[in-house]
Amino acid sequence: MELLKGLSARGRRLLLGVLVTALGLLGTACGGDAGPQDFLTPEGPIAERADGLWDITFAIAVVIFVIVEGVLVFAIVKFRRKPGREAAQFHGNTKVEVILTLVPTLILAGLAVPTVKAIADLSEKQEGSLEIKVVAKQFWWEYTYTDEDVVTANEMHVPTGQPVFLTLEGTDVIHSFWVPKLTGTQDAVPGRVNTMQFEADKPGTYWGQCKEYCGLSHANMRLRVIVHEPAEFEQWLEDQKQPAAASVSGAAAEGQEIFMQTCVNCHAIEGTDAKGTSGPNLTHFASRETFAGAMFENNAANLRRWIDNPANVKPGALMPDYGLSAQEIDAVVAYLETLE
Amino acid sequence: MATAALQPRRSIFARPTATTGWYSWVTTVDHKKIGIMYGVTAFVFFLLGGLEALAIRAQLATPNGEILSAEAYNQFFTMHGITMIFLVIMPMGVAFFNYLVPLMIGARDVAFPRLNALSYWIFLFGGIFIYSSFFLGGAPDGGWFGYAPLSRTLETRGMDFYAVGLQLLGVASLAGAINFIVTILNMRAPGMTFMRMPVFVWMTLVVSFLLLFAMPVIAVALFQLMFDRLFDTTFFNVAAGGDPLLWQHLFWLFGHPEVYILILPAMGIVSEVLPTFSRKPLFGYAAVVFAGAAIGFMGWGVWAHHMFAAGLGPVANSAFALSTMFIAVPTGVKIFNWIGTLWGGSLRFTTSMLFSLGFVAMFIIGGLSGVTHAIVPHDAQQTDTYYVVAHFHYVLFGGALFGIMSGLYYWWPKFFGHRLSEKIGKWNFWLWFLGFNLTFGPMHIVGLQGMPRRIYTYPDGMGWNLWNMMETVGAFIIAVATLFFLFNVVVSRRKGREEAGDDPWDARTLEWMIPSPPPEYNFAEIPVVSHRDDFWHKKYFVGPGKTAEPVFAGGADHDEHGTDEHHIHMPSPSYFPLIAAFGMLITAYAVIFALPAVAIGLLVTTLGFFGWVFEPGTAE
Repeated sequence: MELLKGLSARGRRLLLGVLVTALGLLGTACGGDAGPQDFLTPEGPIAERADGLWDITFAIAVVIFVIVEGVLVFAIVKFRRKPGREAAQFHGNTKVEVILTLVPTLILAGLAVPTVKAIADLSEKQEGSLEIKVVAKQFWWEYTYTDEDVVTANEMHVPTGQPVFLTLEGTDVIHSFWVPKLTGTQDAVPGRVNTMQFEADKPGTYWGQCKEYCGLSHANMRLRVIVHEPAEFEQWLEDQKQPAAASVSGAAAEGQEIFMQTCVNCHAIEGTDAKGTSGPNLTHFASRETFAGAMFENNAANLRRWIDNPANVKPGALMPDYGLSAQEIDAVVAYLETLE
Repeated sequence: MATAALQPRRSIFARPTATTGWYSWVTTVDHKKIGIMYGVTAFVFFLLGGLEALAIRAQLATPNGEILSAEAYNQFFTMHGITMIFLVIMPMGVAFFNYLVPLMIGARDVAFPRLNALSYWIFLFGGIFIYSSFFLGGAPDGGWFGYAPLSRTLETRGMDFYAVGLQLLGVASLAGAINFIVTILNMRAPGMTFMRMPVFVWMTLVVSFLLLFAMPVIAVALFQLMFDRLFDTTFFNVAAGGDPLLWQHLFWLFGHPEVYILILPAMGIVSEVLPTFSRKPLFGYAAVVFAGAAIGFMGWGVWAHHMFAAGLGPVANSAFALSTMFIAVPTGVKIFNWIGTLWGGSLRFTTSMLFSLGFVAMFIIGGLSGVTHAIVPHDAQQTDTYYVVAHFHYVLFGGALFGIMSGLYYWWPKFFGHRLSEKIGKWNFWLWFLGFNLTFGPMHIVGLQGMPRRIYTYPDGMGWNLWNMMETVGAFIIAVATLFFLFNVVVSRRKGREEAGDDPWDARTLEWMIPSPPPEYNFAEIPVVSHRDDFWHKKYFVGPGKTAEPVFAGGADHDEHGTDEHHIHMPSPSYFPLIAAFGMLITAYAVIFALPAVAIGLLVTTLGFFGWVFEPGTAE
């Protein structure tokens, strides 16, 4: 083949080998699990609407791709120089050019109609929505259930089958709320209130993360949406409305004391004197699966490492290192674990 | 024209006269030397930006990577973007403009030779300035897009260097843009009407107008950011009533035309290479030119597609979705015309041709993925994921860089008088092609699997591991391919030096009728142009079978090398552009570190311009 002229036979074999290996890898990987943030496998009507548009667009793109690349390769092979071939001297072909301008225009006009319709539909607020205010901060999320007097962080609980309407606010820099299997992204911009909505079909835990670059721990600003059956969700709401247990004993009591001296500056626990608002509300901290922007699994070992030096395990974390001793840290952890 | 009285003492304004040695480069106003300096400088930055990319890929090869800290990663991805856009692809385009535009239009230099030198020196100093931030407290770490309010609050000096450094580069671009507009409008050889200009010259003109209008927009945004950071103004301070979206509108109103500033030069190159190696005129010349101009206009109406998630509302989102879709039409026209150029030709697969064909093949992919961004509800999913990273690398690497490589292999004989090795060139191309697809192909998939951009780490179990490893392997293959290019440059120069002659490819445009490398004055006699692809028409005519027949004694109509060059008036060298640019460098550092020293910088720049005004017109 003239395309490879200049390469030795060995060189050509080498190139071919690498190419085949690459294609083989591609094949095996396509069969694998697509992962918890794959948005081509949506789990709710809003995400499905977007996915439906993608399916149409992708199908058209594949057809165009195959035709145009096919014609290109055909031209490369067919019109390669060989003895006796003379290049035909022509400058264009008006008819072909007009057709090749009109066809893409019509295809795009065809795509534009469902796109604009979907934009309009998705921007309309649905009846009977559950309303949640999302405040994005470096590098975690605060959720306020506006009708319920419940405040929580990072893990958003919602019921199946009910539309969820979010108002997004930013406090420091721009962040972006995103739960791929349930909804596309919307920015939380300081000084503005943006809105978005989603709905989940099935119970389960859905993964998401901040999508607008927001500083050192942008990669660690993750989130979960935990979807319950409606009755289970009501129960969760009721539990969240309870204040934290006031009296604790043993190491936990010691931990509470330390907490009320240092951590109160930023954290709130309903039913106690802790009323700080710059950090996450910890009233039912022990009921959460993760902490620190859904970065760590909520267990004693992770909590110890975190409290010991937050910025060390999460770059740029705003929670200070109070220089607590190992024993004091254990006590605080013991207290946090009582906050069911 | 110094007066006779001053002559014996040699005025301080006397113009330098060196024609060889380093001093001749420092004081040159020759568009060819400036073009080479642009190219070499941009290539050095390409290596730096490439090293940053390798570090990024090494960090992301596996989940929970520990090669780079979050701080280092954020600096590297920011600098990779700034470098490849402002210090590699843009100046590479300018390198080609500089070297080729005067040759292609039959001129002896650009309209403002000293302004041209000034552009280069400001560009060089701007690049050095931004890179010096690594040693002065940390490089920019707010992304090349520098979104406020994050960019106004990041604590290291990095974003100061960003705000000030990009303004320097903007001045260089503006000066260059004005120069090329005036050159192309005024200095074409007799008979070279607009519709006889090579497409590359057309694309230069469109890009220059885009620069002329886009650079002031980003300058305003950068100026506001600089004031916010250094003097505590409140343009982007929300607490004081500032608006973060102001930055986004200004940035992308510059940023989207910028995309076309990056790609149109490569499209121009491809439009020269494909006809030469197909032995055919460009298919639909007028359509290609008008499509380029249409892209230039429409490029101003699509900026908010970078902001579909910012909350502009359904009406704005719909409008920008439509404009974004329809800018694909002129882009498609170009693709079809390039394929039409191959049709019925007699194709020679030189390395340059392979890179141009690679451009077309890869740009189709980047163009199609681009259209998917206009589907706003789905864009809300794919925006800020690796899918977007894949898309713009198919356009800027598969597109712009493939075009630039094609241009280097094509015009190398003209620049340096000898060809690059075709054998090493083929290795260069195929490894580059393979590495490119291995790096950026999987990014489409991993993006659709929900991997966001700009994350320095990711957990295990997301389904992203294999793709990321493949991407890293691909990146290192690109690095090896780049070494093949460097090796080619060295080897082709040292041994097997294949003398190119004036017209090694049997090409079509005016630059091929003069010696390689061209003499300082380019054309001993300014050619008179009677056709599009005028040089080809001096060599061939179209015979009865619509095939090319050689003109009797064709090609002998070269410039007479024996012409007495003393009668050709050429602009003299000057060191004042360098001084003026150096003053701007001082000013830039002063703004950040010692405000009063701004006066020194301004003084040096003023002295530079003063000398510029008063130096004699020629070296006598």
